[in-house]
Amino acid sequence: MYQYDELDQAFVDQRVAEFRDQTRRHLAGELSEEEFRPLRLRNGLYLQRHAPMLRIAIPYGLLSARQLRALAAITRRYDRGYGHFTTRQNLQLNWPRLAEVPDILAELAAVQMHAIQTSGNCVRNVTADHLAGIAPDEIADPRPYCEIIRQWATQHPEFTYLPRKFKIAVTGAATDRAASEVHDIGLQLRRGADGALGFTVRVGGGLGRAPVIGQVIREFLPETELLAYLEAILRIYNRHGRRDNLNKARIKVLVKSLGAARFRELVEEEWTIGRAHAAQLTTADVARVQRHFRPPPYRALAELALPPEASPRFRAWHRYNTLAHRVPGYRAVFVCLKAHGGVPGDMTAEQMEALAGLAERHSFGLIRATHTQNLLLADVPQADLPALWAALERLGLATPNIGTLTDLIACPGLDFCSLANAGTLEVARQIHERFDDFDYLYDVGEIELKMSGCMNACGHHHVGHIGILGVDKHGEEWYQITLGGSARGITALGEVIGPSVPKRAVAATLERILETYRALRDPDEPFIETVRRVGVQPFRERAYALHPAAA
Amino acid sequence: MRYILRQREIQPDHWHYLGESHAPASALIVPGAELRREPERWWAWSGRLGASLTPIEQIEDLQPHLRRLDLVAVSFPVFGDGRGFTQLRLLRQRYAFAGELRATGAGVTPELAHLLVRCGVDAFEVARPEQGRALARACERYDVAYQPGAPAVPVRLQRFRLPA
Repeated sequence: MYQYDELDQAFVDQRVAEFRDQTRRHLAGELSEEEFRPLRLRNGLYLQRHAPMLRIAIPYGLLSARQLRALAAITRRYDRGYGHFTTRQNLQLNWPRLAEVPDILAELAAVQMHAIQTSGNCVRNVTADHLAGIAPDEIADPRPYCEIIRQWATQHPEFTYLPRKFKIAVTGAATDRAASEVHDIGLQLRRGADGALGFTVRVGGGLGRAPVIGQVIREFLPETELLAYLEAILRIYNRHGRRDNLNKARIKVLVKSLGAARFRELVEEEWTIGRAHAAQLTTADVARVQRHFRPPPYRALAELALPPEASPRFRAWHRYNTLAHRVPGYRAVFVCLKAHGGVPGDMTAEQMEALAGLAERHSFGLIRATHTQNLLLADVPQADLPALWAALERLGLATPNIGTLTDLIACPGLDFCSLANAGTLEVARQIHERFDDFDYLYDVGEIELKMSGCMNACGHHHVGHIGILGVDKHGEEWYQITLGGSARGITALGEVIGPSVPKRAVAATLERILETYRALRDPDEPFIETVRRVGVQPFRERAYALHPAAA
Repeated sequence: MRYILRQREIQPDHWHYLGESHAPASALIVPGAELRREPERWWAWSGRLGASLTPIEQIEDLQPHLRRLDLVAVSFPVFGDGRGFTQLRLLRQRYAFAGELRATGAGVTPELAHLLVRCGVDAFEVARPEQGRALARACERYDVAYQPGAPAVPVRLQRFRLPA
């Protein structure tokens, strides 16, 4: 993985010193809350419902065992002994104390981590495919480019005070696992006619209040033009993006109002003129970063069959929580943070420390955060699987539900977030409780359930096969359900099936939706395919059949 | 009285804005819109000339007049409106403006000092000398940068370069 050099380390150290000074001035009354707010946000610090919330960047989701141990130690010393992994591959602490945040940032800097630009109207953590480097369908590893963009965007002198937040995702595989089409900029690695690498560039995707799928403005951008082209896009946005209305300030609104064709013209013109004064990316720069992402020293191993004595529970875990690997004899293993009854994405310090050891023993000391609020050990020898499974089972990290309904993703909702309209965690518990029968879960098969507590869509409900959106109705928490969304492979936005339902009725409504699917599906047809084939109408008719209260 | 932080020194500002009561002045800053309204008058004027820019102005409109100008004042009326950063970079880099680029307005705080300098600012306009001292200290916070900056401000370590 990437290792800081002298510049990287000096930068994070100087940033910690700056934030320490800003925090001191704020606590001494020299900086008002209004003045302090944009400064703390750019260092990942929100003020939430109960306490500050610190969002720590995990660039493109990659962590070393040493870093995971440091995170565990931080949650013990400065928080309540746990952290929350998010859909953008970050980690959130829910209970830090403001005065101690500079110390937390200093401890992060000591292990080459930071919380820079995890919030605020600037370029956020750059995300990537969680299977980068191991996916069989990969064209090239996206992580070196993510790291290059991270560096370029860090405290960019021109683009750190944009109209609104700005999210970039890079995918290097044929199947998009980074939701690149719903990012402000989505980059897809491609090989050009001559075999050289480059990117298809999409702009203006996003979820939130007005979900929209990004539009291609360039089919092929040569790799060395990456930074010059990003500068052109950001410059057009910085100059022309709306600043009068927070809800219309994202780049998607600018792209829509100009039209993608006109936006593209502006960008291409700016790029042509501007590249003489834009940061240059040389092939040597790319090679220097790529050296940090070389494949680990795999051994020559044979593919192993499951041992005949394997227990049904191990078999289920093997089937649902592990993935094929492009190197023979290895598999990728999900570390499930969706134990039934738990909070999706939460992990205790004990679990982090134990997992760090397991990663060192079984997976070259590296851990990945996924977009689905789980972790992944990417390179596990198949012979190690029984021992790893037993250890994860003891830690409560082996619930065999990856890819199923209860592997749902959810934002923290009203329990923590000051923006939320409705709770998500209790609904998640309700769903875990009602669908605790694994035979049933496996029968309904692969379903992506995504839940957000408000229109800001941190839980990506628009692109869930089933999406749940919390709304506030006269002070009560109600939930709107959408079907047919998708961000993996095909990007599509879900369709609302009807009026929202009260909290107590969410799981029961889901059950009627699943029963409808079971009645209508063709043999071996996954849920999302049935929805695409029959449309939402049959689900709409039956979901409310027994539920007049939801008018 | 207004002060200017320039090359780490804080001095009284000898420039005047059009409409300020200190006239007659030998160094005058006029709004960019005014310069475009009466270009002949201002090109013919005998003193040193500067232009002020608000965030909504397009830098291309000022470009024909840059040869006449000794100074451009880029304003940051509120903290967080980053359009001025683009104006600065275009002035310094695309149009190779070699005169004084000063940052003005309530949005110019010590937190932005190093960004402004990287974009080409070489003077900060302040109401009180202590504000100038805070800005001067803030300019020293970072001695490394990832991006290329205005040519006059080298850092100890820098990652990306401009094309040769």
